[in-house]
Order: sequence, then structure tokens, then C-alpha cells
Amino acid sequence: GQTVKRIMVNYHVQKVKRECIVWSIAFLSSGTVVTSDSFGRVQFWDWERGTLQESHTVSSSAVLSLAVSEKEDSIIVGTSTGATYQFQLLPVKIGSMEKRWVRTKPFQHHTHDVRAVAHSSTALISGGLDAQLVIRPLMEKMQKKGYDAALRKFTFPHRRLVSCARKARLLLFQFSQHLELWRLGSTEETGKDGQVLPLCQMPEHLLQLKSKGPEHIYCSCISPCGSWVAYCTASRFHLYRVRYKDSSISIKKVPKVPKLLLPAYQLQFSANSDSLFVASARGSVHILQLLEPKGCRHLHTLQPPSGSSEAVYLLASSADGHWLAAVGGDWTIHIYNLKCVKHHCTVPMYNCAVTALAINPITNNLVIAYSDQQLFEFSIPDKQYTSWSRTVQNCGLHKVWLERDSPITHITFNPKNPSHILLHDIYMFCVLDKSLPLPDNSALLMNQSTLKQLPETARQRQLHAFKICKKFQPLLFADLLDENCLVMVERPIMDFKTQLPLPIQQKKFGT
Amino acid sequence: MVAPASLRVVRCGGSSPRHGARAVFSADSKQVGPGPSYLLCASGDFVKMYSLATEETLRLMGGHGGLVTGVQLNPHNCMQLYSSSLDGSIKLWDFMDGIPIKTFTVGYKLLALYALASCEDSVFVVIPKSGERDTFQLVSVKLTKAAGQDLEAKELSVVLDGVDASPKCTAFGREGEYVASVKEVNLQVYFFKHKQLNRFSVSAMKTKSGNNHFTCVACHPKEDCIATGHADGKIRLWRNFYHRKEYTFSTLHWHHDTVMDLAFSVEGTNLLSGGVESVLVLWHNESDCQKDFLPRLGSPVEYISMSPDGALCCTLHTDNRITIINSNLRFSKSIQGLIKSMDIKTGLVVDPRTKALVLNGEPGHLQFYSLQSDQQLFSLDIVQRQYIHQAGLNQVDLVKVAFSAQGNWLATVEEREEVTDPELQLKLWFYGEETQSFKLNTRINMPHEDHITDMCFRDMDESEDDSLILVTAGRDCVFKVWVMVEDTDPEAQQSVSWSCDFVGSYHNYQATNCCFSEDGSLLAVSFEETVTVWDSVTWDLKCTFCHPPGKIRNICFGRLTCSKYLIGATDYGFLCCWNLLSCALEWSAHLNILVLQPDPLSEYIAAVSWLSKESSLFVFKPNEPRPIYIQRNLCKEKIQLAAFVPRDEPEAISAEKYLWLRRSQLFFLTDTQELMTLSTKSLEERLTPASKQLAVEESLPVTPFSLLLGKHRRQQSQEDIDLGKLVAYNKHGQDSPAVKELLHTPAHVLPSASFLCPIFINSLLISKGNKSAEEVADEVEMESEKTEDDSDEERDVTEMEQEDTNPMELLGETICKLSKSQEKELRKIRKMDYSWISAF
Repeated sequence: GQTVKRIMVNYHVQKVKRECIVWSIAFLSSGTVVTSDSFGRVQFWDWERGTLQESHTVSSSAVLSLAVSEKEDSIIVGTSTGATYQFQLLPVKIGSMEKRWVRTKPFQHHTHDVRAVAHSSTALISGGLDAQLVIRPLMEKMQKKGYDAALRKFTFPHRRLVSCARKARLLLFQFSQHLELWRLGSTEETGKDGQVLPLCQMPEHLLQLKSKGPEHIYCSCISPCGSWVAYCTASRFHLYRVRYKDSSISIKKVPKVPKLLLPAYQLQFSANSDSLFVASARGSVHILQLLEPKGCRHLHTLQPPSGSSEAVYLLASSADGHWLAAVGGDWTIHIYNLKCVKHHCTVPMYNCAVTALAINPITNNLVIAYSDQQLFEFSIPDKQYTSWSRTVQNCGLHKVWLERDSPITHITFNPKNPSHILLHDIYMFCVLDKSLPLPDNSALLMNQSTLKQLPETARQRQLHAFKICKKFQPLLFADLLDENCLVMVERPIMDFKTQLPLPIQQKKFGT
Repeated sequence: MVAPASLRVVRCGGSSPRHGARAVFSADSKQVGPGPSYLLCASGDFVKMYSLATEETLRLMGGHGGLVTGVQLNPHNCMQLYSSSLDGSIKLWDFMDGIPIKTFTVGYKLLALYALASCEDSVFVVIPKSGERDTFQLVSVKLTKAAGQDLEAKELSVVLDGVDASPKCTAFGREGEYVASVKEVNLQVYFFKHKQLNRFSVSAMKTKSGNNHFTCVACHPKEDCIATGHADGKIRLWRNFYHRKEYTFSTLHWHHDTVMDLAFSVEGTNLLSGGVESVLVLWHNESDCQKDFLPRLGSPVEYISMSPDGALCCTLHTDNRITIINSNLRFSKSIQGLIKSMDIKTGLVVDPRTKALVLNGEPGHLQFYSLQSDQQLFSLDIVQRQYIHQAGLNQVDLVKVAFSAQGNWLATVEEREEVTDPELQLKLWFYGEETQSFKLNTRINMPHEDHITDMCFRDMDESEDDSLILVTAGRDCVFKVWVMVEDTDPEAQQSVSWSCDFVGSYHNYQATNCCFSEDGSLLAVSFEETVTVWDSVTWDLKCTFCHPPGKIRNICFGRLTCSKYLIGATDYGFLCCWNLLSCALEWSAHLNILVLQPDPLSEYIAAVSWLSKESSLFVFKPNEPRPIYIQRNLCKEKIQLAAFVPRDEPEAISAEKYLWLRRSQLFFLTDTQELMTLSTKSLEERLTPASKQLAVEESLPVTPFSLLLGKHRRQQSQEDIDLGKLVAYNKHGQDSPAVKELLHTPAHVLPSASFLCPIFINSLLISKGNKSAEEVADEVEMESEKTEDDSDEERDVTEMEQEDTNPMELLGETICKLSKSQEKELRKIRKMDYSWISAF
């Protein structure tokens, strides 16, 4: 191709010595080019003549991002002061065809640069440098009040960012561009509820693994034995062999990893640490065999029978190494038999996204948490929902549980008691006891503190399946290390708020 | 002139209480050239017309019986004006001539008026909803086209219910397609064509920046856009409001307090907003980032209006000021009468030099208000500190003012209201002849420990400057005497400064009033219940008076022949007169006197009493216990202050009852800050001052054509003079009011030609005594002023005048009488000897 037209954006601002940077651009079907630039302007150009049609000075600082709605009657822009503005194409007069872009609503949800914006049919979505994703529903498009009509802010991704090597008592933290490996401390003492025990061995920062290049890390995993670490970026897959010798640690990159179709959205080691499951963006799951001392080879590729090409984003393998469950972008859950290396069955479709799933190591029941807070238990050998799951569906879950805001991000089990399911989201940790009756809507869902004050007999009557603890917030990860040790990972918001660069200084009246 | 049955209380010029509505610019007029030339403005019960070229009040259109709440140009005839009033009538005026064309009686209180070009024969008004208190509705009134002056307009149809009473809360949209009205947190828009009513509301929740109630609304003249102002200072621009759900608005925010008014420019590209900050904000293209300001307008902006051609804009302020602003946001002119101050603490003081009324003006300023021209002469910044427009802030304010007898010295006291220790300053200003203004001479910090209650100069007409004495009385139980001393500081630019000479006290009572006798030899200071009299030379206590119980409220000495009397008014409702020679109570009267004001030029003293919701006026001479003049029920409001202002020339007053008004005029200020005076003249006479009639013509700008014409006229008049007596008489005849009336009244309001013909002919005739009857009447008026000393003749003249009804005003009625009375009058004239006639 060749350059057809060149538009000089800073033509009208000659007084200013600074250069004008166009941060984002959009091309509308009407032939209008929309630009947003560092002078805080949003400008509308005729692409054929290259002339300026409208110019709106939105802010005194740069307009960084821009998104157009599907109907092209609304635009959202994000500025470096953290404000987002909506533009609407409105008729100038009632009934007339002449329409004009008008800046309408300002929103100030961020404190830092708004680096990305998106415009859905019912909401404005903005993501900023202050580590927040904000969904602002457009009230005029909402039919009724409900979950969708509320302003939502997300600080943490709805993904598991921590992986745990249970046997080696190691934790792997995934950051945007590096990984950190920590050894957990331990104590030999015991104490009462609420007591902080002295550590006999301090937690130890073992290593920091920096990813090369500008790419962000998509997913990472550590093997249960702790000797393998894998991570994946948009274009590359890395596998490392970690050796621990007394107090020293050595890490080696595994050379010649098989060429896979990247990126991978989820990595999962098998329970015995001899293979790695790589969830590909094309709907298949690759199985890599890990070879001692340092090697790996591509063993199989598991394909869904329908040939769906939606990316697989969640994996769960059974403790006995028999089963693997994979969730694709179309929210179907495929279960593969690893012994025969073939597709076993598909969990009945449910029209919500899966947020977490895990296979019970004893019963091989697949527990699935959906984004609408529903819980299902699917028996893999029987290829059907378990009777408990059916009871849950018949009785329905507690209202307060369903009204929760954040999705379950991790599910694990208590090997000592197969009826216990451990789940957590950002704000709570829950032990779900299947042997206890489900609470009805009149009962108090979060009753742990009231139960403590009750006498034993009354307590028995009040017990129900959900035992919820809200002590740790924001909770990133919770897992059972062994029978009497549970690891919780909390990440205080102030930890990274203080690390943010300074926001743009603005004069505020009256301050 | 005609002796009226009683004195009338007349409101004085610029002091009318409030601007009830936005001002209106007249449309382009062909005779004057492009651009509007007049500004029409509701002012109290009147509609005022100002010239934009000269800032003069050209016309005062009265006739409404209540506050004028709306003025609108007739959209179909730009030379006509609609006005609405609380008295329930709409008047249609020809404002160029100042005459009411029609009066439509609606029968409800009218709170706002809107006239639309798209509505042929109806206007919109806001009226109270019958049967419900505090709810108002917008109705359209059909104005019948029937003939006659006074018409009934009873055909009402309700457009919107539940609107706000303020005229700023309703606005009509582009081409009258819709009407928008705001009240509290609701905006309602009614589309006339589709008969659709949409309601929108903002959240009623009180945010930390105040409540977001609507305060005003304006509609874009070309597009479908509504601008609303809010109590928290935000401006919202609403669009797409024909969709109940998909409406949208954007917000502009600069004001920190209530947005008082909004106005779009003619093309709608700019939006003007004003508020309590006294800053006019111009928003370009509805953008939050592009705005211009016109700061320091002096007082909060109340109304904003644009001229039809967009060249000018006008803001009405809460202190009665009008500011004209160019389209490029440059201050152009200011029309200011009496500036309404928050609280008049200084009292009404007359400047001896200019005879102007002096009182609190802008915060911290002293205004000099000329009563003759209804204009502010100048504003003297006393406090000299930046005034911060914010509620609840204690700021320094001017509380006391005194002038020396010659007006050379001005003493001011300013204080800040602090509960614990007030901040006080006494300043002395000297009038500089070169700069023609007051210059600060001495500043005394904390002259008293507590508030200063009274202050006066020793009034000695012939006194030298060095004998000038200032006395201040304070609540700290002392009075202090301040004298001028030679300034010893070599760096000082002035030769004299003021310092304290004597501190007097009496039994540790608070000093409340002080007053010098006319010759300056005695000083009376009141200490709570007691009046003490001091020798002003030796500062010895001479004697004391008291009239228990009750503290002394006011004291004053008698003047001229009554200078041996001291008058005092007490809290318990007694007016006492003490004789200084016998040191005894001469007489006392049971009256609750609020104001005691002696006339500086005569021995009369005016006292205003307040009893059961009405003020009464008593005028008396101290030597006679019987008042000379009593007017009960002077006005319903409480009169706070009064002042005698000396007349330039003594007025001819016939009745003995009103002789006290001869040399001075009495002005009152009520607690609603209305300035009023007593007038002997009749209503009609006041309403159409002849000088103002012609002001329209005089204010025309000079064009080459007018110059040419003027030259020609001047030549003609020169010739006239040369031609001698006869022509001079002719000229005189043309100038007579009857002819003028005939030539300057619009044709449609004139009586039939046959009716007018005799007057016209008569006015041209040279009568037997070389005078027409009317001329004689005119001359006699002049004469009466000149020959007032001759009491014999004066009485003679008044006799005649009583028979003569005013020929100018009652044109129609006089004609029939004229033939009868003519002879009678002529006979009388013949009896008298007018030596001055020979002058003609």
C-alpha cells in the first residue's frame, strides 16, 4: 500500500513547542477518523479531505485511549488524569438528520493513566495504571436493576496467580514480568485459635526469575515436587529445572522445548510431577513428558471431539493421574482419560463461565464453580452429576452466597475428609461440608462468629454446609499443604498502591 | 403649585427594592443605527428605560400596583413591551413614548412573564395554583385583540404544573418548540407539538459539595440543548431529552456556590453564567476546558440577559447595580443608582460639599449618591481590603461616618464583628482640592476598647480648621475627644494629624450618643439613662438630665431660635425636651421614637415613631410642645434612618403646615432599604418630568446629518432673535407644552383632531395681554418661585393656582373650562403688575 493522506494533528497549535502525539485512533464507517492526542483533544477528521470536522478539548492532559461502540454512536476516551469521558452522537434538533458529537458524561474512577478502554453495548470498561479495571454500566441501556447495573471495580485478575508445591512447601508467585519462588516457613508449636505462633524456620525467598523481553507472563506453574517451573508468555514457553542442594539452589533452563502452538493460557503439572499439561489457544491440550535429568518431549495432544477451537483456559488433573478436565472459551468442560489418551465425556453445558474447577483426589468427582456462584459436582466415572449436586440444584444456594461479587478462583480438597471442599474468592475462604444440611435463605450464611458463642447443643442445630472465614482480604490463594497445614496468600492493596508512580498533579478547589 | 390635601410618600429613584426579572434590550432601531440603544428593566413597581449610550434613566414607566415581575419585548412589534406585575395585570407599553397602550387584567398574581414569537396572541405567565399554597403553574394567557385600553384576559390554559415561582426556573426552547422548567431536583420538559411531558431528576442526595438543587434554566436558541444551574455550582447541559431513558447530560463546573443565572449567546455557541462570586463566566462551545472570566463585578450576579444582536450583555446585581458588558467580555458601562448594601450601619449622612447622600455601599465602601440625578457620584474605598464573597465570613465593615461642617474632613469607623475582641479602626480623611477626593490622613487602631456607638464633629460654620474637634462615644464607658495636632514626624507628608485630647466618662455607664450644640460650646453625651452636658472648652461637666426609666436612644440640640433646648428620646417611649437655661424639663411626649433628625437649616426636628406595625412622622419645633405636622401611617415598613437634605433652592410652599419642607427635603430609609421622601407634588407631575420627556431626542448620537440640521436650526434661531418680539412670541408658542404634547404623542392615542384643534389654534394666537392662557400659567409658576419673599403676592398667586387645574396633564378636561376660566384669569392677571413682562 501507499500513504493516501497525511493529517497533521498539531497544525492548529503552533504556539506550543511540544510535539503532539496521537495516542489512539479509530476509523468510523461514516468515513470519520477519530484521534486522541497528548494535548487532551479528541478530534474528528474527514478521511478523504483530511480536514478537521470537530475538535473537543477534553482535558488538559493527554487522552490516551479511545474506543467506539458497535453502533458507532458513542465513544469513550481515557485520559492520563484517570478520568474517562463519553462522547455521543446526538441529533442537533429533534427529528433532524444533522448529528453532532457531544461530550456528555465524565467519569472519574481511576487515579492514574487510563491505558485501555472498551465500549460494550451496555457498559464502559476502562483499565488504568492504578491496577483497576472498572465496568461502568450505561444506565439508559439497562432494563432493570441487577448485577449488571452496578458499577464494578476489579483490582485482581480472576485467575490463580499463585501455585504451590505441596510436598516441597514452595510457593510460586506470578507477577506481570517475573516469577518469585519462596520456601514457606514452619513452626513446631501449637496454639489456640487466633494465636500467632513463633516460626522456627523463616520463609525464604529462593529465587526471582525475570522473563526476557517486554512480554507479560500469561501463566506459570510449579510441579508438586518443586523441581520444575514452567511459564508462558505470549510467544514463548519456558521450562526450568530447579535443584536444591542443602541451602543452595540452582536453576537450569530446559533446552529444546517442543515447538508448541502458543500462547498457552494454563499450565498444570500432573500430581506425580512426571508430565506437564499445556492448554493451548486452539482448544487442544498438549501433554509434555518431563524427563530426568533435564529434558522433555511432546507426548500427546488431546483434541476435543467437536473440534472446537476456543482457547482452553482452565485445567484440572486428578491426583491419581487418570483424568484431566479442560475448560474452553465456549465454557464447555471436556474430560479426558489420560490412561487411554482419549476424550472421556463432556460435562453438560451451563451458560456461565467456569471460574474454578478441581477433581476430588478420593472420589474423582469434578467440582465446578461458575461465575454466577453456582456450584456443581460431577462424577467423572459415572459421567453424571452427583446426588449432592442435584440436591444443591433443587434446594438452591443461599441468597447471600449468590449475591457475592467476586468469583471463586480456587478449589481444593481435604484428603482426610472427602466431604470437605475448600473454596475461596478474593474476600472469603469457605469450607463446604457436604455432610451438613444446606442453609435456607432465612438462616444466617456467615454464622461462624455467632456459632462460637452458642452452647454445644444449640450449635449443632445451627450448623450448615458453608463455613466461611473472611479474616484474610484480599485473598489471592489458599491451599491445603498437608493434613493440618493450610497456606493463605494475602496481598494488601496498599503494597502495590505505594509502588505506583505519582498521579498527575491537579489543582483542586478548596484543598 | 397645586396645594395637595396631604404630603405623599414617594419612592426615590434608584432605591426601588429589587430587580424582579431579567432586563431586556430593545431591538435595533432604525433611527439610532445598529445595535440596541435602550435597556428596559423592571425596578420595583416601575419599568425603567435606560439609554445605553449615556446610562441615563430616560423613562420611568409606572402604573403597576405591585412589583413588576417580568418585562418582555413584544415579539411582533419590537417597539412595544409587555410587563407583568404582582397586581395581576399585564401591560403593553409603547416604551419609546412611555405610554401604556393596553392593560390586560388576569386576576392572579403574576410571577413571571414569557412572550414567544411563535405564539400570535398569547403570552405565558406563572401564577399561583388556586387552592394550594406555594405551588405555581405555568399558564398561557390569551390576549384579546378587542379595542379599548383596559381589557380582561381570563382565557387561561395550564401548560405546566408545579413550576417554581422564580422567572429563572422556566425557559422556552428553540422556536418555542418546548418549555423547560426546573424545581428542586426535577427538570420537566414539555413539547408543545407532541404534547409530551418528560421529567428528569438529579439525585436528591446531599453531596459533600452541597445540594444539587436546580436554580435556573436556559435553552439553546438553535439546538435542542438545555442548560441548568445548580446550587452546588455545577452547570448541566442536557441533550437528547426527548427520550425519557436515553437522555444525556454533561457537566461544567467552575462556580463554588449557587449558579444564579445562565444565558446563551444568540447563536448558542457561548454560555454565560454568574453567581455569588461576582464573576461572569463565558463557556465556549459547551466545553469545560475553554472558558473566559470577567471578574470583580462588585456584587453577586442576579440576572444575565443578552441583547438580540448579541453585541451586549447585561448583568443585574443583588445590590441594584446594572452592568453592561461587551460581547468580548469587556466591561462597558455600569448603571448604578443607590447601591443596596447588606446592612446600612453608617446611617444616612449628607455630604456638605456635594449634598449627596452618603451611606454604606459596596462592602467596605462609602457611596456618595446624588439624589438629583439618581446616580452614584463615587464610591470611596474605606476598608481597602479584598472582599471575599463567602457566606459566614466575618469581614471588616464600615459602621460610622461623620463629616465636618465644611465637608473637608471625613471620619470613618470600621470594625469586624468578633465576639471576643472587636477589631476597630478610626480613620480620618481630608478632602484634597487638587485630587478632588478624600485622602487618608490619620488611622487610629482601637480608638475604643469596645464598639463605637456614636461620633460627631463640632459643627462650627466659621470655625478654623484648628478648632475642629471630633468626639467618639464608645461602649467601653468613655467618650473621647480628638483634636488636630501639628505632625512632628519629619517624614510625614502632611502637616496635621489627629490625636486624643480628652477622655470623659460618667459613673462607668456606656456612652451611647453624642451631639454638639449649634454654636459648638456644649457637648451632650448620653450615658445609658442620663444625658450629660459638657463645656467644650474646659471639658467640665455642666449638668445632667434624665427621664427615668429608659435609656436614651437619641439626643439632639435645637437650632437657631431654639438652641436653648435639648431633645432626647428614650427606650420607654418618651420624647423629652429640656431647657438648657433653666436646666428643667420643658415638655415631654409619650412616643416610641426611632429616629430623631434635626433640620440643619431650620429649627424643625423630625421624629419617626414606630407603633404597632406602622411608622408615623412628627415634625415639631422644640419651643412648642405641639407638633407642626403629623403624618400617621407613613409607611408599613419600619423606618430605620432619616436625613434632611438641603434643597438647592428653597421650594415654594404655600401651606403653613408644610413650611418645614421649604429649605430641606426629608428622606427615609426603611428596613427593606427603600429610600423614600415626602413630596408635595401630585402623582402625575412626578411621573412625567418634562426634562425627561425630551431626553430621548437629546440622547441621539451626533450624525453628520444632525450636525447639518443643527447648524441650520441654529441659524434660524439666530434670525429669530434678530427678527424681534413678534417672532419670539411665536417661537414661544411653539414651545408651549400643549403643542409639544400634540406633536410628540403618537397618533393612535390622541383624541380626535377636532378636539385638539382649538387648543392648537389658541396656543398659536397672541392673546390680548400678549399671552395665551397657558403661557400665563407657566409664567406664574416661575414667578412664584422668584417672588416668594413677597408674602402678599404669593398668597394671591396660590389662590389662582388652586382654581387652575393642571393644563398639561388633563388636556381634555381643561378645554371646556378654558373658555370660561380664561377671562377670569386674564382679569386677575390684569390686576397684577408684572414688571418683568417688559423683559420680553
